[in-house]
Amino acid sequence: MQNVLLKVDNLKKYFPKRTASLKKVSHVKAVDNVSFEVFEGETLGIVGESGCGKSTTGRTVMRLIEPTSGSIKFDGEDLSKLSKKVMRKKRRDIQMVFQDPYASLNPRHTVKKILEEPLIVHGIGNAQERKERISEYLEIVGLDSYHGKRYPHQFSGGQRQRVGIARALMTNPKLIIADEPVSALDVSIQAQVLNLMQKLQEDLKLTYIFIAHDLGVVRHISDRVAVMYLGSVVELAESESLYAEPLHPYTKALLSAVPIPDPTYEREQMIITGDISNSVTDTGCKFQARCPYATITCKMSTPDLVEVKPGHSVACHLYSTD
Amino acid sequence: MERNVLLKVKDLETTFFTEDGRVPAVDHIDFHINEGEILAIVGESGCGKSVTSLSIMGLVPSPPGKITSGQILLGELDLTKQSEKQMRKIRGKEVAMIFQEPMTSLNPLYTIGNQLTEAILLHNKKMKKKEVASKVIEMMKLVGLPRAEELMKDYPHQLSGGMRQRVMIAMALLCNPKLLIADEPTTALDVTIQAQILKLMKELNKQFRTAVLLITHDLGVVAEVCERVVVMYAGQIVEEAPVGEIFKNPQHPYTKGLLQSVPDMRYKKDSLYSIKGNVPKPGSIQMGCRFAPRCDYATERCITENPPLYELGEGTIHKSRCFLQETEGIGIAERVAEG
Repeated sequence: MQNVLLKVDNLKKYFPKRTASLKKVSHVKAVDNVSFEVFEGETLGIVGESGCGKSTTGRTVMRLIEPTSGSIKFDGEDLSKLSKKVMRKKRRDIQMVFQDPYASLNPRHTVKKILEEPLIVHGIGNAQERKERISEYLEIVGLDSYHGKRYPHQFSGGQRQRVGIARALMTNPKLIIADEPVSALDVSIQAQVLNLMQKLQEDLKLTYIFIAHDLGVVRHISDRVAVMYLGSVVELAESESLYAEPLHPYTKALLSAVPIPDPTYEREQMIITGDISNSVTDTGCKFQARCPYATITCKMSTPDLVEVKPGHSVACHLYSTD
Repeated sequence: MERNVLLKVKDLETTFFTEDGRVPAVDHIDFHINEGEILAIVGESGCGKSVTSLSIMGLVPSPPGKITSGQILLGELDLTKQSEKQMRKIRGKEVAMIFQEPMTSLNPLYTIGNQLTEAILLHNKKMKKKEVASKVIEMMKLVGLPRAEELMKDYPHQLSGGMRQRVMIAMALLCNPKLLIADEPTTALDVTIQAQILKLMKELNKQFRTAVLLITHDLGVVAEVCERVVVMYAGQIVEEAPVGEIFKNPQHPYTKGLLQSVPDMRYKKDSLYSIKGNVPKPGSIQMGCRFAPRCDYATERCITENPPLYELGEGTIHKSRCFLQETEGIGIAERVAEG
């Protein structure tokens, strides 16, 4: 049995939203009762369209955004209960890679300074050791040690993302949360970065949470995949099982909407109408307004995420037994 | 089936004059679009695909950009020779364009109805108000915009991304253009919305026989909607073929590499092929094959000499810019004039 590295339970993040009268406060439920586990050494992919809460989930796990409620058990310890100071120390073990490395690397710092900062913050090594570690990690991510003297703008997009990855690796983290790490890159560069991330995972025994909207990329890199829609996980399964046999109508629609790079490939496309703005309901399934199979039950009650096959969970009334 | 050529781009060179010198963003390219056809130009950032479309529309920012040689023939008319006033008559009426981010191409201060009406009035000054309004509403319904009458009074920010792109498409088609240029029309959209828009574009292409020039980086989108594909790399066309050929029988090492780099959602590959090196900055390679520094098959010759576009095969038009075609390649490898 694999060890659970991270266990998220009933995680919620509600952002307050003031209505026009400025008095009544309603909420945007960015993350609404999300639960999942991440096993040591695996990659959990989180997919969904914009506004589904996948990025907020990632950030809330790291407490870059404070959760409204819920528990985040990392290595047996509940991160949501830690003080800010202790949490900052804890981030040594959880690091993040962002979408746009240009926006997440300080343009006024050299790469050496960018990479040294996490070491200083966490008090790792002396000046000499830090220097060696920086050269070592620059090489690990496929750059050269002389790149340390350069500034972020002197790199191409792919190289900058390598710097972003190197920075995340500096503190020897156990878990890396990568939020759309390849979506700003060209196709040919995207493949390089994905291969690098896979190699690093093997060599350094890393665990990834890989957040992305590109279903092909997620399938390629993930062992298990969670599909999110409007703040909730609607389906969670091993990636083979999810892609071969999607259960939730939203997952089905999502998969069939992806253009396949093969003009001879014939399939029955399921194109759902409307968009996320059609889905403002307080009760029932969030997907009901766009779902071709919606019934009265879907309007009345919110489906829970239940395991319907070994390792394959879905939140849909179509699969409830009662 | 013989089809009439709608637009012919001949030896087009668009140069940007920058502080770092001349940058030929589009470097002597030749291609054509037939009537009613969907043609894709595919390539990565900086390959010149967007500059090509802007050149056709006469929208290259000048300075620093300028069309420095070549012709763009729309029928008998050379678009590169038209004055700004003449171009304004052609834009929207003969050739229309939609962009990646519909929010930046719609004016936030005017209602949807106002902007759509303007598109008709610019080219049909004498049309009656009522007639214009009914035409606008008809077109809005056609592109799948709900509650058209009410939507006319809305402002762009009140619409979702997919609806904004539908408004753009409606605006582009209002004057029945012969050619629609779509520059990354679905890149900013979610995948379920992308599927809706692509379906719409295919239907409109069938219904009105509007030719579409689709500029994209997404090979999946290409396979989904296009008939013919032009692959660009560093300002040049490196391969051109019908869509089936490109995916089944790619010839240029860059096209091959690109196809292999894309993760396929249908099955899991152990490891992705990746093209080594970086996408070159426009104008950074001036000698030899532009792809040589990243190519697995590059020889001495590739570094010094730029390969011509070889014509391959019989029956279909398949061109590839690679010396490999001299020895390998399918059918006859006939050497055509150096570009």
